[in-house]
Amino acid sequence: MKQSVFPSKFLPYLLLLPTFLVLTTFLFYPAFETFRLSFYKVNPYTGANKFAGLYNFKKLFQNADYGHSFVISIIFCLLVVVLGLILSLALALLLNQNIKGAKVYRTLMIWPYALSPAIAGALFNFLFNPANGIVCFFTGHYDWMTQGFSAFIVVALAATWKNMGYNIVFYLTALRNVPADSLEAAAIDGAGPFKRFSKITFAFISPTTFFLLVMNTTYSYFASFGLIDVLTEGGPVDSTNILIYQLYKDFFVNSRIGYAAAESLVLFCIVVLLTVVQFKTTGKKVHYQ
Amino acid sequence: MIRKKRTTALYHVLAILSVCIICLPVFLALVISSQTEIEVFSNPPKLTFSNNWISNYTTAWNRINLGRMMFNSAFIAIMVTAGKVTMSLLAAFAFSNFKFKGKDFLFFVIIVTLLLPVPVRIVALFDVVRGFNWINTYAGLIVPFWASATGTFLFIQRFKTIPSELVDASKMDGCRPMQYFFRILLPLTKNTIGALVVIEFIYIWNQYLWPLMATNTDNMRVVQIGIKMLMNAESSNNWGVIMAGVIMTIIPPLLIFFILQESFMKGFALQSDK
Repeated sequence: MKQSVFPSKFLPYLLLLPTFLVLTTFLFYPAFETFRLSFYKVNPYTGANKFAGLYNFKKLFQNADYGHSFVISIIFCLLVVVLGLILSLALALLLNQNIKGAKVYRTLMIWPYALSPAIAGALFNFLFNPANGIVCFFTGHYDWMTQGFSAFIVVALAATWKNMGYNIVFYLTALRNVPADSLEAAAIDGAGPFKRFSKITFAFISPTTFFLLVMNTTYSYFASFGLIDVLTEGGPVDSTNILIYQLYKDFFVNSRIGYAAAESLVLFCIVVLLTVVQFKTTGKKVHYQ
Repeated sequence: MIRKKRTTALYHVLAILSVCIICLPVFLALVISSQTEIEVFSNPPKLTFSNNWISNYTTAWNRINLGRMMFNSAFIAIMVTAGKVTMSLLAAFAFSNFKFKGKDFLFFVIIVTLLLPVPVRIVALFDVVRGFNWINTYAGLIVPFWASATGTFLFIQRFKTIPSELVDASKMDGCRPMQYFFRILLPLTKNTIGALVVIEFIYIWNQYLWPLMATNTDNMRVVQIGIKMLMNAESSNNWGVIMAGVIMTIIPPLLIFFILQESFMKGFALQSDK
């Protein structure tokens, strides 16, 4: 719907001024400066900087630890996204059946959305701790958090658990918008529930799936910082040291400013890539009636 | 008929099972937060409520000055949310109900901010905030988060669904733009505001990386960092005390979530039916 407009010439700029002041000072300028610094050597004590070309990036990609961090970030992301989306879609489908108390079930399934990654870290730390963790007790006192592989799995589980509420909300909304008459027509034509899901429902919710794909990827790359810091601090032996944690250590603990800026730029490229992929795929796969 | 009843029963079983699994971690935290240290470490684990509530909750509260942290987190979350809602309402109003030069470009600039989460600009953001002398202050935790692409989009979507005749009618009545904004637009946007309040309050309350870097004294710390401090302070890992701290820090965001849940769902739903 096209909105009627007010004739004022000056007012819209005034309305946008606060937003753009904040954006310029705290988003665009810092982003630009961070990217600039990634091409400089910076003295952490004096702040003096010297142009160094691709020096920081060369060091970054020659560093085996960074390569390791890069790879486990991708695996972590895949685990969180695939596990999270499949489970969330299954639960949203369940909630979308007209059963009594669906609203109560819905509330009880989505509320972990309100919890933080750090809280998820504390809770899973307790569940999997060797002294009295319930999961440890029921898995023959296996010490999950001291083994790299199992610690990695626990972090992924915690991240998935925390984010499912968010995914369920979006899937539920998408499922409500699947036209009932298409489903009925298919049912009359003799399509079973699985065929109806794969041919109709899945197509209609695909824009939401792609949106969630991108949101969950950024979540696993960025928001899981608190989870890692509380649960493993990147250990044992760097097995959960994903890119954001490495960036934090290089910048804040080791004061390698230019180097950390280069890491930021790599993260930025990942975000841009994902967004482009989302725009392209969503553009193609949106289904209209 | 019988078959239908069976499927319904199956759905209920599946739903209850899922709810139990999803709620289990927090439920166990609640149980443990009621137990004494001896009960916490009993073998096999004791999974029933006990009566050590007061001791655990007061210990957790005092060990890390949790009261102060709760205040900090609440104050920051409220101020950021209020600022974001106000700014994005105004921006969305400008984009929806005015014609002006550079509109498309400015809109594009707001879209681009979605590509710039905190970690992407953290190195220089820290410098900017330090330049303002805002490290370890409320301003440093609040002001950088005031602008919101999410909020602006959400409100533009909502404003689009408001009948154009309302604008025409108010113009005929000699209503000035800001009068239209306050008297007509705002009351019609309640659900969307509610949705944004939930999203932003929870987002800021749960923030971890920026508060960790931008504060350096205990009296400026927020609850998320407090949880880690509590885990370190309880060196014997008295999980009863730690879980008491966890339970206290999740109450405010859960309250906001439950109170505004309907708006939250409706605000989201609106966003997706174009």
